[in-house]
Amino acid sequence: MPGTPGKPGARDIAVVAFAQSPHRRRTDELSEVEMLMPVLHEVLGRTGLRTSDIGFTCSGSSDYLAGRAFSFTMALDGVGAWPPISESHVEMDGAWALYEAWVKLLTGEADTALVYAYGKSSPGELRDVLTRQLDPYYVAPLWPDSVSLAALQARALIDAGDADEPALAAVAARSRAAAEANPYAQLTGSVPAGDYLVQPLRAGDCPPIGDGAAAVILAAGDTARRLCERPAWICGMDHRIEAHSLGVRDLTDSPSARLAAERAGAFERPVDTAELHAPFTSQEIVLRKALRLGDDVDVNPSGGALAANPVMAAGLIRIGEAAARIHRGASSRALAHATSGPCLQQNLVAVLEGES
Amino acid sequence: MSKEPVAVVGIGQTKHVAARRDVSLAGLVREAATRALDDARLTWADIDAVVIGKAPDFFEGVMMPELYLADALGAVGKPMLRVHTAGSVGGSTALVAANLIAARVHGTVLTLAFEKQSESNAMWGLSLPVPFQQPLLAGAGGFFAPHIRAYMRRSGAPDTVGSVVAYKDRRNALKNPYAHLHEPDITLEKVQASPMLWDPVRYSETCPSSDGACAMILTDRAGAARAPHPPAWVHGGAMRSEPTLFAGKDFVSPQAGKDCAADVYRQARITDPRREIDAVEMYVPFSWYEPMWLENLGFAAEGEGWKLTESGVTELDGDLPVNPSGGVLSTNPIGASGMIRFAEAALQVRGQAGEHQVDGARRALGHAYGGGAQFFSMWLVGAEPPPG
Repeated sequence: MPGTPGKPGARDIAVVAFAQSPHRRRTDELSEVEMLMPVLHEVLGRTGLRTSDIGFTCSGSSDYLAGRAFSFTMALDGVGAWPPISESHVEMDGAWALYEAWVKLLTGEADTALVYAYGKSSPGELRDVLTRQLDPYYVAPLWPDSVSLAALQARALIDAGDADEPALAAVAARSRAAAEANPYAQLTGSVPAGDYLVQPLRAGDCPPIGDGAAAVILAAGDTARRLCERPAWICGMDHRIEAHSLGVRDLTDSPSARLAAERAGAFERPVDTAELHAPFTSQEIVLRKALRLGDDVDVNPSGGALAANPVMAAGLIRIGEAAARIHRGASSRALAHATSGPCLQQNLVAVLEGES
Repeated sequence: MSKEPVAVVGIGQTKHVAARRDVSLAGLVREAATRALDDARLTWADIDAVVIGKAPDFFEGVMMPELYLADALGAVGKPMLRVHTAGSVGGSTALVAANLIAARVHGTVLTLAFEKQSESNAMWGLSLPVPFQQPLLAGAGGFFAPHIRAYMRRSGAPDTVGSVVAYKDRRNALKNPYAHLHEPDITLEKVQASPMLWDPVRYSETCPSSDGACAMILTDRAGAARAPHPPAWVHGGAMRSEPTLFAGKDFVSPQAGKDCAADVYRQARITDPRREIDAVEMYVPFSWYEPMWLENLGFAAEGEGWKLTESGVTELDGDLPVNPSGGVLSTNPIGASGMIRFAEAALQVRGQAGEHQVDGARRALGHAYGGGAQFFSMWLVGAEPPPG
């Protein structure tokens, strides 16, 4: 019986439902709330729960994508927070909202949690917007964009002999072929490698820019069993951050992902599936090594972030996709990963299991 | 299953001012964190995780600043969470950190909230246009003034109550070395003669824009046993949210605030808050919110809050002191303001509030709210560990 390791008396908590929007390059006709609403309805519908049945609600999003302060307040209106609900928000990827909700359930103060995340990248220039999360005094004024920073990491990886350009292209091809079976993916099938965006990264090595939303329901113990035929039990979850400056990190490694995985219990037994939040092909190679994933592990069967990367929701989608495979019986033990910050600065790992 | 009791063993603030031009964002947060560590007599190595909060990123113009601040807060190699629940964020951040301990995920957690408003302009940060929505071009004051009007009409409060609150809080601030506004020559007449900004809110009944940070070290029972100073114990904590706008919303006394207080009192086994709570640190950005929240939090019956204020009950030497620190009216680094309320409540029950100490305070309430009076977070702290 899976449970939270190392915590005597801790509660068993599972992902019991997952829903996501179709991810699209632009959704000019939809507000954030309109993009999110069908996803919320779908995830609640899967469990038969209503908003008023949910013990705790937590969301992840970023004001900088919306271009306005407190952008999450309108999404909350969409949730229908009446009568008033117990609710919180992280200015992070929704995977961290799920972490906050998991902790809340561990305290015993709630039995169910609704977690959602959304991001519309289309209103702005994402590569420019993301420069605003860099050191505001010394780095951000230079406007180094997210693809250029990822290219530095890819170059370091190639120079270290851990990859070459064909190996990167193979990651993209595999991801986008896998995404053909994913009706929500933005980019699928045989996508040409394309021209260099920033050497050594070609268009094919980079994620599509898009808009999307996702939602997950968590439940504890018998409530989870009642709501889901085969709950995806969270065996462990942890997240770690590294130094911000790229100059003090070894970009070919991800010690924070490794530590998070270790604390989450990922190395105790092999996993059969891994959903990695690796927006760039080179980052999958870094993560595979840090997370000790062999060739026998099915990595990103959903197509991963190379097929759809709605910023702020893409990490939560990894947990949702991993859980959905367990719900379907396609996986018995899966690792889900989320990242934030330039070049994999911050990483979260969750380990999910189905009851055999 | 039982939760692990949570203790506050370290508190640190910066001296709040209009502009800290001498430090970066990183320097500002590190100053508060270092003071909290010193108070707890702990080092960075003793901290298992960092939970950080602030109000919108547009207030400094840095997207997700926690990424850049990881180094300054000793978070490298540790978990770091960033909470954002609008104006209530300082309180919510402390509660998220407390839950990490209550759930026994971590033993000792650093929680911190900050705002460096001088880096940008909060008024315009709040006024960015949104497609298909009414722009909030007058900042927060323009939004809240009509609700204050509604309170005055509903309760029949005389229009002098707001200035009484401001005069009290600004005098209390003189006893708090960390408070932003120190106005030694403040008089009631000066408050009443200050310019009208958003009728009925006068200039001196409005919070300042501050640079500042507040940090706390939260720990479990074992950590509290090792603490060099008396801890404050968390007896109850809750968050509640309701929609921004809808036909049934009571802007004068939002249901989410009532529900949040009721949950905290239930956890802390408080049945008569007016008698059982010794001090209140309440989020009062515009002076009229003191009487309004006195009612919302159950300290006075509906329409009666202003009478407590007018009769001096909420003065520092009254029998229910409200904002002995000088409150948000004297210090408002927005993202930190809620955590300052929580930390000042903890200082009171630790007996460490200095000149603004309420004699014999054993139980104190910290309160924060945000958005369109829609997000609430509160905790009740006590000098004794919670029962059980």
